[in-house]
Amino acid sequence: MQKPPRPLPQATPETKEYWDGLKRHELRIQRCSDCSQFYFFPRPFCPNCQSQNVQWQTVSGKGTLHSYVIAHRGHPAFDTPYVIAIVQLDEGAKMMTNIVGVDDPTAAKLPADAPVQIVFDDVNENVTLPQFKLV
Amino acid sequence: MADSTALRHKTAIVGAAETNTVGILPDHSMLQLHAESAFNAVADAGLKMSDIDGLACVAPAQVSEYLGIMPRWVDGTAVGGCSFLIHVGHAAAAIAAGYADTVLITHGESGRSRVGVGGFGGGPSTIGGQFEAPYGVAGPPTMFSVPIVHHMKTFGTTEEQLAAVSVATRAWAVKNPRAMMRDPITVDDVLASRLIAWPLHLLNCCLVTDGGGALVMVSEERARDFPKKPVYLLGRGENTAHQGISSMRDMAVWSGAAEITGPEAFRMAGLGPKDMDHAMFYDAFSHTPMYALEALGFVGPGESGPYFAEMHTAPGGDFPMNTNGGGLSYTHTGMYGMFAIQEAVAQLRGEAGERQVDGLETSIVHAPGGMFSATATLILANQ
Repeated sequence: MQKPPRPLPQATPETKEYWDGLKRHELRIQRCSDCSQFYFFPRPFCPNCQSQNVQWQTVSGKGTLHSYVIAHRGHPAFDTPYVIAIVQLDEGAKMMTNIVGVDDPTAAKLPADAPVQIVFDDVNENVTLPQFKLV
Repeated sequence: MADSTALRHKTAIVGAAETNTVGILPDHSMLQLHAESAFNAVADAGLKMSDIDGLACVAPAQVSEYLGIMPRWVDGTAVGGCSFLIHVGHAAAAIAAGYADTVLITHGESGRSRVGVGGFGGGPSTIGGQFEAPYGVAGPPTMFSVPIVHHMKTFGTTEEQLAAVSVATRAWAVKNPRAMMRDPITVDDVLASRLIAWPLHLLNCCLVTDGGGALVMVSEERARDFPKKPVYLLGRGENTAHQGISSMRDMAVWSGAAEITGPEAFRMAGLGPKDMDHAMFYDAFSHTPMYALEALGFVGPGESGPYFAEMHTAPGGDFPMNTNGGGLSYTHTGMYGMFAIQEAVAQLRGEAGERQVDGLETSIVHAPGGMFSATATLILANQ
């Protein structure tokens, strides 16, 4: 049976800069100029203090493995088992992603708070997804 | 400013019923599940459908059309499984304000058989479509479960402790003839069941069923004139915090419960955790009641794992919880909160049969909507 396609994102005006940055292999997120906090997902105001004084910044793509599941029954586009993770970027914001490059993932291979690094996955000419690997 | 304590003990549930059966019901559409439970609850209250002048459910236009009623007050709050707890709180305010006298709250969901049900999920430009779906989330087992590892890391919570929640809950289901899963299970059985999304095994996950439930609420003044013993609303709290699990504020803490719904419900009731005789903590997965127990202050942060492992919540324990068998073993239509209220009412009325807990005066009902996204708490009493 043919696998269905992986669900892909469609940018909105508020998130276009993020997705365009990934196509250039840059991780660009927003930081509040008033409370100084980085946040995710993109929106034109800070969800921590509601200030509209926010700026885009290119960040390091380094972070830690904050939490995760190992999906053994999941989306039909994915080969199981696969890892759905929350990565906490070194700049502070948290985002969902996958941990790639771990064969037959188990809890023992994925210690909590392990350092991770972004990998840019060029799915097609329009979409690049942020994936992470263990460092 | 007005104070919610003015509404303590001012309204009561006087009708409560589920569909004739729950489980696998391919001969009922979603709307018929609403209707069957609605007629049962109205009959339980000794009323006729024409007596209803207020309606709350997740789709009030559809349900009023289907039932053929024209309520003068409606609430369509639809934030997932805790919506019905929120409807109860809203109905209390509406009755006190004179917006309605006799409120019907309904739930019906063909979660298993999918009869007369629309589509699910949003498009690729929604927040979830952009920032969660591309990573292979596939419904609640791979979404609601995402925070658990952070709880394990923070507090040392174990897979065995998660399994204990399922074991204690199944022990109650053994006593409930309407429950779908009635064979006793052990911690080893849970750990040996197939992996769904580590750390969750199959027996850490709720059922997927069809069914419905409904309630009738009136003012405290009228409540004693109905056939059944009234169940009074003492306190309520409600909150929304996020939609996607990746935006959960603190993955080790159910913030909506800890900061908003618990404090508000207890303050309104004038009671605290030690005053609660019985609990219905929505168990979508084994960890959901663990997060509830900590957030509502029944135990300290990180203490829920050992607490469940000691079987305090099982039959014979000192804090009976999820006494119908819960979403894990009784039934789970998708938005289970209505069934949690139904069991609290049954226990407070003394109608719970073999699983009846003696001497109950209070019950706390607590539920999430979505993935810890919305939260609601009710404190109910029979005095």
